[in-house]
Amino acid sequence: MNLSLDNSILTLVTFVPLAGAILLIFFPRRDRDIRLFALVVSLLDFVLSLHLPVHFQRALTGFQYEVNQAWISNPNIHYHMGVDGVSMWLVVLTTFLTPLCVLISWNSIHDRVKEFFILLLILETALIGVFTALDLFLFYFFWESTLIPMALLIGVYGHGRRIYAAVKFFLYTMIASMFMMAAILWLYAKTGSFDFVTIQAATRSGQIANFASAGPWLFLGFFIAFAVKVPIFPFHTWLPDAHVEAPTAGSVLLAGVLLKMGTYGMFRFNLGLFPEQARSNAWWIMILALIGIIYGALVAMVQPNMKKVIAYSSISHLGFVVLGLFSFTRLGLEGASFIMLAHGVSTGGLFMLAGIIYERRHTYEISEFGGLATPMPLYATFFSFIMLSSVGLPLLNGFIGEFLVLSGAFRDRPIYGILGATGVIWSACYLLWMYQRVFFGKVTHEVNNTLPDLSGRERAALWPAAVMALVMGVAPLLWLNAIAPAVQTALAPFAEMASKVVAP
Amino acid sequence: MNSIPQAADYIRLLPEIVLAVFGMVVMVIDPLLDDRRSQRTLGTVALVGCLAAIGATLFQAQYPGMGFWNMIRVDSFSIFFHVLVTAVSAVVILTSFEYMEVQEIRAGEYYGLILFGAVGMSLMSSAVELVLIFIALEISSISTYILAGFRRRFAISSEASVKYFLLGSFATAFFLYGVALMFGATGSTSIEVIARVLRSESVPMLAYTGVALMFVGLGFKVAAAPFHVWTPDVYEGAPSPVVGFMSTAPKAAAFAVLLRIMFESYAPGRIWLIWVVAALSMTLGNIGALVQDNVKRLLAYSSIAHAGYLLVAFAALPNNGIPAAMFYLASYAAMNVGAFAVISHFGGAGECYITLEDYSGLGQRSPLLAATLTIFLLSLIGIPITGGFFAKFYVFSAALQANLVGLVIIGVMNSAIAAYYYLRLIVVMYMREPKREVPVTPIPAGLGTALAISLVATIYLGVLPGRVLDYAARTVAAWAR
Repeated sequence: MNLSLDNSILTLVTFVPLAGAILLIFFPRRDRDIRLFALVVSLLDFVLSLHLPVHFQRALTGFQYEVNQAWISNPNIHYHMGVDGVSMWLVVLTTFLTPLCVLISWNSIHDRVKEFFILLLILETALIGVFTALDLFLFYFFWESTLIPMALLIGVYGHGRRIYAAVKFFLYTMIASMFMMAAILWLYAKTGSFDFVTIQAATRSGQIANFASAGPWLFLGFFIAFAVKVPIFPFHTWLPDAHVEAPTAGSVLLAGVLLKMGTYGMFRFNLGLFPEQARSNAWWIMILALIGIIYGALVAMVQPNMKKVIAYSSISHLGFVVLGLFSFTRLGLEGASFIMLAHGVSTGGLFMLAGIIYERRHTYEISEFGGLATPMPLYATFFSFIMLSSVGLPLLNGFIGEFLVLSGAFRDRPIYGILGATGVIWSACYLLWMYQRVFFGKVTHEVNNTLPDLSGRERAALWPAAVMALVMGVAPLLWLNAIAPAVQTALAPFAEMASKVVAP
Repeated sequence: MNSIPQAADYIRLLPEIVLAVFGMVVMVIDPLLDDRRSQRTLGTVALVGCLAAIGATLFQAQYPGMGFWNMIRVDSFSIFFHVLVTAVSAVVILTSFEYMEVQEIRAGEYYGLILFGAVGMSLMSSAVELVLIFIALEISSISTYILAGFRRRFAISSEASVKYFLLGSFATAFFLYGVALMFGATGSTSIEVIARVLRSESVPMLAYTGVALMFVGLGFKVAAAPFHVWTPDVYEGAPSPVVGFMSTAPKAAAFAVLLRIMFESYAPGRIWLIWVVAALSMTLGNIGALVQDNVKRLLAYSSIAHAGYLLVAFAALPNNGIPAAMFYLASYAAMNVGAFAVISHFGGAGECYITLEDYSGLGQRSPLLAATLTIFLLSLIGIPITGGFFAKFYVFSAALQANLVGLVIIGVMNSAIAAYYYLRLIVVMYMREPKREVPVTPIPAGLGTALAISLVATIYLGVLPGRVLDYAARTVAAWAR
């Protein structure tokens, strides 16, 4: 029994939301039932996905729960799925956040409810698919499929300038991924395979003709697609627009999971397939990451809009991930993988909190608030807790990853570590300042006195995020021990290169 | 050589005979029927004719070989295009049921002309002799000239018809001139003989000119730049189902002829000629489409661009190029006929709702229709699991294998531009509030079937492209002898 579940678990986890979405199409338009059904499906998927970490063989390197079946013979496409420690936790992160998204959208979405949850579930399938696919074609397919539901979520359910934001989001990502497609096609033309493992073996052994001259371009092809998604400075301009206009659930998934597609892609493909090119390009990528950290933080500081503050804080935090990845140190990579998860939980939580206040006041402007701690004490408590985890307070989840990344970067080159560390200070500045302006002091606007505190449903959405922030901060090893072997595998070629440099 | 045609000859011509007979039946029973009820009956007869022709094609597939003094050949290539053309005709007829009623067009010859057009297009794909190809081309063209003018009460439709006719006859004259020069260069009009001559001897200058002139004629038919100027005007004026027909079936047939001339007869100077035209078509088509507000014009420019993508396959090596082009034609037919079916339903009486603005809010008012059109548009963009993706994929990878990197880069960049204008339509449908009241009627059965067929074909080609591609690849083996 267990054995057969191991083989099919990834397929199940990936496609259960899609099946739910298809069933939803035939539902009558009774909004309550539709919400409830979406919640049940997403919870079911979460429970299923817990199978992954429970039965994960932490001692083994390589991919687990693999399925590999021929799908299309020409071109040679396989239905190949599998996860390692990094992608496994990203899958669980996705299934963890989706039920929370359903809860948080319970009342805020009242028009076209059915379509909303259909899109949300389709998006979940696409996101999980990105993390589980090991066939480059399959990966590309899931990658592109995230675009359509996300763009529709922003464009149909978003706020004022939603159409502009949706189109910008779509075009940015779509055009950038064409470069990746070109690189994938080149690899396919030379190796006759889309399979990640096969291609990896081929690039490592140097069997591919012209690889030396084409390698840098291929690296860039992948990198641009991922850099736009992360986003790395200067490709970040779509992100604040998309976040500000998106509905809450869209923002949660966008910040929580979609951005990680970019960093995950860098980890899996840029580092996995092109270690040499990654090494030679690392210097400017790290500089861009540092610019992202500091620039994102500085811009966040002056934003008058809560959601924009959180959006720019994402740019800053994701800069840490990129910094860690391209430090090529064990600490840096483990930290980067950990930030991906921690940022998903804490920023997802912050966006939920922003959405809760928007539901009550229909604005994100910080100046509209002030003294909120008096009418909404529980809300203020949750906000401070999750904000502190995002700031990187020790014992909460943000701290672990940033600490690991910074020590990794420091080992690579001290100046990187020092500059990166300022980012931590900035993030404390802008978030605490925002907190002060929104919650402390006297109530400045009369309407805010009458705001109701969190409802039971909202608490149900926030508790898991808060608990997770604490658990990840106290017991990071639960996560890191699965991530470590994957990081070790990814770093093997770099260690080899380093020894080559030293040897002669 | 036998001077009297044998039974085998007639089998090789069976689908055309079936189509022609049904076409004549439609014409003959039209006056006998009650004016008000005739449409449905005639349409059904025509539909049965198409299905019978598909049956005849499948029957014919068991007897491959030459017929009528080596003028036509039944092989996997011709079977492929016969099925494609007749299937497209059937879908268009299904779409027309509703259209003719809404537009109050009463004309029995409409369905007859579609069938006669299909005769010509089918013959184009099985003819292996240039003069017969020319005759088939004329049969198909004349039907489409008339079909383009069927909205008789609208000046724009007559303009379309006349424009198409004048420029079209000009173009066929070029083709005929090319045939004559080819005959002068090689001493034959049979593709097989031409191939033998061109392969064995040094190629005479005359052959280059001949190929170029024939290409001009066919380039007009497939709406490739710089012979594309008629396309937007004609597509705008012609009835929408006819545009769905014109933009797919005759195009497929003309490309079939082009495949024969370029690959089977080893046309000289192929790569550079095609390189330029393909790059030009993609670029002009896509840039033109960017500024269109009329959906029919937008799709007209998009069809020019798609002709460009298709031509990329012609510059590639035959091994990959031929199957890629055939696959592209099949998936383009599926998605484009489907898109025009939606447009012809939505246009309403007199086709007055065809601007982008009229489509705003379609996502709420008719979710099913909007979702269907979205899938066709996504396929036209080339998003995975739709036929359009693999179509582009095969074409570009074929070109890459022939080391046409420059052309592929132009193509990929064009696909990025193209995404913008298709998305505009999707955005309008889902994200904008309607500016004026546009009526939405329920989807009738005939149109529903047509949409379902196109949708299933589009998705099928996107999920399991293998079988169609493998079938198309058999042609390569047959021609490589």
